[in-house]
Amino acid sequence: MNKQSVALPQPEVKRGGFGWLTDTLARALPKLVLAPTVVATIVCIYGYIGWTALLSFTNSRILPVWKFNGTVQYEKLFENDRWLVSLENLVLFGGLFILVCLAIGIFMAILLDQKIRGEGVIRAIYLYPMAISFIVTGTAWKWLLNPGLGLEKMVQDWGFAGFSFDWLVNPDMVVYCLVIAAVWQSSGFVMALFLAGLRGVDQEMVKAAQLDGASLPMIYRRIILPSLKPVFFSAFVILSHIAIKSFDLVAALTGGGPGYSSDLPANFMYTHAFTRGQMGLGAASAMVMLGGVLAILVPYLYSELRGKKNG
Amino acid sequence: MVKAQADMTQRMLRYGIYLFLGLMALIYLMPFWVMLLTSLKDVEEIRSGTLLSLPGSLDLSAWDKAWNSACTGTTCEGIGPYFMNSFKIVIPAVAISTLLGALNGYVLSMWRFRGSEVLFGLLLVGCFIPFQVILLPMVRTLSVFGMANSTSGLISVHVIYGVAFTTLFFRNFYIGIPKELISAAKLDGAGFFFIFRRILLPLSTPIIVVSVIWQFTQIWNDFLFGVVFSGVDTQPVTVALNNLVNTSFGGKQYNVDMAAALIAAMPTLLVYIVAGKYFVRGLTAGAVKG
Repeated sequence: MNKQSVALPQPEVKRGGFGWLTDTLARALPKLVLAPTVVATIVCIYGYIGWTALLSFTNSRILPVWKFNGTVQYEKLFENDRWLVSLENLVLFGGLFILVCLAIGIFMAILLDQKIRGEGVIRAIYLYPMAISFIVTGTAWKWLLNPGLGLEKMVQDWGFAGFSFDWLVNPDMVVYCLVIAAVWQSSGFVMALFLAGLRGVDQEMVKAAQLDGASLPMIYRRIILPSLKPVFFSAFVILSHIAIKSFDLVAALTGGGPGYSSDLPANFMYTHAFTRGQMGLGAASAMVMLGGVLAILVPYLYSELRGKKNG
Repeated sequence: MVKAQADMTQRMLRYGIYLFLGLMALIYLMPFWVMLLTSLKDVEEIRSGTLLSLPGSLDLSAWDKAWNSACTGTTCEGIGPYFMNSFKIVIPAVAISTLLGALNGYVLSMWRFRGSEVLFGLLLVGCFIPFQVILLPMVRTLSVFGMANSTSGLISVHVIYGVAFTTLFFRNFYIGIPKELISAAKLDGAGFFFIFRRILLPLSTPIIVVSVIWQFTQIWNDFLFGVVFSGVDTQPVTVALNNLVNTSFGGKQYNVDMAAALIAAMPTLLVYIVAGKYFVRGLTAGAVKG
């Protein structure tokens, strides 16, 4: 194709100087319109990532100091008990949050897909927490889970005097409080994703299987669930993304406490970069977070792109 | 006989499903219901009753206090002013990012050029990075431009990091519009903006609604940018709410906390109730690419 255009030079339309100018302008217009966004993206995303990476190799505290000292901050980071606790919390919180959301989401989607009367209302109720900010969710659950007056007291007043539910102030259990609140907020969304996926399943295949005498659980296991693989994948990516970025929920629900037992990496980063004057260490923790996101995202995007080429 | 029994189990199963779904609905509604009840009780009723006990009388003083006089850190003016701050941030940020997204999506679908797909890919990554990685440079940049702790600074930040999403929405929407419509107009000599205004914009209402709702919810609910980039007078309502709840000034006033939380949640909840259909579409648009 290229060769041809070389062999047959385009006939050039000669016009006056201004005509040439407006033509060029008209041709460049789409690029000009896109330019501000492209520049902002390159500077404020890629440029800033580079900037943060550079900061992470310095000994900056309250103000940036451009004297590089290698990977000292990363070494410090992985010797820091608070950071290690936050990583451990992220694995526990993220893992449980994703698993429970997926389990609840798919289960409720299957139930809701049985031609339920009032489906619209029920769906709306499952999904409304998604409209609320994590700060509000945290505030609400902080009240519900508080051991003195919350759910604990309610169940005790119902006659179960020995009932105890003090996870919010128990350093070993506090992470599960984050899981409860986050699942309440996000599981309805996962349900909506799967419901949309279920509605897209090829009904011909299901009917054929029914004619062959396959039972309903069998049809779900062998035909419907496997065809929802892309939805599983998207939901997984979105949920892990929510988990890694979780910052507001911790701030509102536990404040990272008791002590720093419920800190997540995002909170570690904020505390060290902005309230403790440990800019270098904060930058290093941000870079590790980016690495974590990329580790999940790159395989996802890769398979998406490959899928498109094959399809 | 066997058939009757099968019908019976079938029916029991259906009742079971309804029961389970209803129970789950109650569980999802419970926190909201408890917040509402708590906000209507006085402190004494909160101490003596349980979460689900009804308030003795309809007492709105906690709402009044949350709006007008509760302490949020150093000042005690309630969250009213911060509620307004949020609107001052959200309205321009949503308008600008939606307009930019529409134009970008238009270019990336109808006026593709060499490398435009790569640029789109670069832009998409912006949807996924953890924002912690841009906070420190952004603070420096805003202070260089004299926008540190200002509303305009916050608006810019929300536009810059929101435009990736709006571009994605509009690009995926415009790609579904028949190309012939545009090429015919181009042949007739219609210009770039003319085609956008006269042909595409009138078709764009659904995606504009999705984009506006998505951006409104995201920016209203934002806490990270608010807490890092805002000043004392420019804090959005989420930051003020968090300060209010964590200000231990005398005894804990759970009723005021809950009223303030409900006030902060109100705008996005209203949007969800009025336009829930579009809300869901926006949420799923990012995930299930159309």
